Amino acid sequence: MKDRIHKFRQGDTYILLDINSGAVHVIDRMIYDMMDIFQGDNDEEVTAALRSDYREKDLQEALGELHSLMDAGQLFAPDIDVPPTFRQEGLVKSLCLMVAQDCNLRCRYCFGDAGSYGGERAVMSPEVGRAAVDYLISRCGQRKHCEIDFFGGEPLMNMRTVKAVTEYVRQKEKETGKSFKLTLTTNGVLLDDPTILWLNENRISVVLSVDGRKEVHDRMRPDAGGNGTYDRVIRNFRKLVDSRDGKNYYMRGTYTKENLDFTEDVLAMKDAGFDILSVEPVVLKDNPLGFTEEDLPRIYAEYDRLTEAYLRRHREGRGFFFFHFNMDLSNGPCVAKRLAGCGAGHEYYAVAENGDLYPCHQFVGRKKYKLGNVYDGVQDTELPRYFRESHVLNKETCKDCWARFFCSGGCHANADLFHGDIRKPYEVGCEIQKKRLECAILVQALLALESMEGQPET
Amino acid sequence: MKHIITVNKPTMQKSLKTGGCGECQASCQSACKTSCTVGNQVCEK
Repeated sequence: MKDRIHKFRQGDTYILLDINSGAVHVIDRMIYDMMDIFQGDNDEEVTAALRSDYREKDLQEALGELHSLMDAGQLFAPDIDVPPTFRQEGLVKSLCLMVAQDCNLRCRYCFGDAGSYGGERAVMSPEVGRAAVDYLISRCGQRKHCEIDFFGGEPLMNMRTVKAVTEYVRQKEKETGKSFKLTLTTNGVLLDDPTILWLNENRISVVLSVDGRKEVHDRMRPDAGGNGTYDRVIRNFRKLVDSRDGKNYYMRGTYTKENLDFTEDVLAMKDAGFDILSVEPVVLKDNPLGFTEEDLPRIYAEYDRLTEAYLRRHREGRGFFFFHFNMDLSNGPCVAKRLAGCGAGHEYYAVAENGDLYPCHQFVGRKKYKLGNVYDGVQDTELPRYFRESHVLNKETCKDCWARFFCSGGCHANADLFHGDIRKPYEVGCEIQKKRLECAILVQALLALESMEGQPET
Repeated sequence: MKHIITVNKPTMQKSLKTGGCGECQASCQSACKTSCTVGNQVCEK
């Protein structure tokens, strides 16, 4: 039964997660100790083992509570197998368009070789962009919601195609009844007033790349001439976010081995006036900026610091969204979604500037993963099936991991980068993910408790 | 209960029968682009 629960302690708080139901319980120290022994049908063994530490009466009371949870399906809930709601074949619902495989920055950790993805610098034509829209509509079945992200390189270097695709999408929405969510990920250098106006008028959500503190950002994200870019981009982002009433954006940064105190970077973003934030670990192999197992204790400690800062700011009325701490414990995704994960290679494809299809943006340029193109569709039928079936219940290292229904098995591109096999997850990434999940569960549990305490008793 | 406070009303087991509509956002599209997470998504139903 131990493989059906996960328990952890952070500070003075003890948490018990029931893996197969998703129930989160805040427990006391006694329950925490009992769960090393309790199997659901061995009450006497539990009391015998803990009689010297706790009062018999308290142990009996706690056992009663544990059995109540079992009766409610919130402790030792049955193992989950692939449900019938998980279709054999995925319907494509999202595309990432590499509208500019070129960039005006030279970020030191870029996975896309400064936008070129190992090839020639090039931009996507409007024709390829429109064909991508047609391909998505032809493959999304009855699904109403579709998504396109304008990505690069730097997509603002090719506004001609961004505008042409957007116009075509809006036309197709009217013809088909589909609803498209459009996003654009930008470094902000070319974000001038006319562009801001156009993005707002066309309901484009934006992901804004900033690395937190000015000195970190300028060191990591110089322009092609080696100059810092913080002052320029933060001014543009400020204008953009103000012009859309602080909505429909995410500010996203990357931390590396050079800023393991990344809580300061999250707070720097907040203090610069932004409050919908994400900061993520860099993923690099054999690179001094990347992480190894030796870095994990320091990273764990920093997530604890970030958790404290997040809660403190929230309680002070100065809270912010942090992407990895957002978690709706009661209305999270269904099991089918938890298995489908990011959808790379079966529900989500990247379109290279020339129209070639890849499982996701990070696979662009990895030749063996080319799936087809937007005109002829996916030619390789084996790879999409392999991606679809590479879910947590089919991966050796995932199927017994407590985090399997939260992380969806990790990033396929990272697994391929480190092991050449999308079914062998990148271990350091897994460990960071698990720590982040514990912090997220703790944050949501504590906020839920505080909310309960604020309500009148019924 | 005295020793346990359950802070959520989980729907995962129920969703084995009711889920799969696929109308939710692709998890890598919204903000991360480098780390795949589904636990922080919300069901759109």
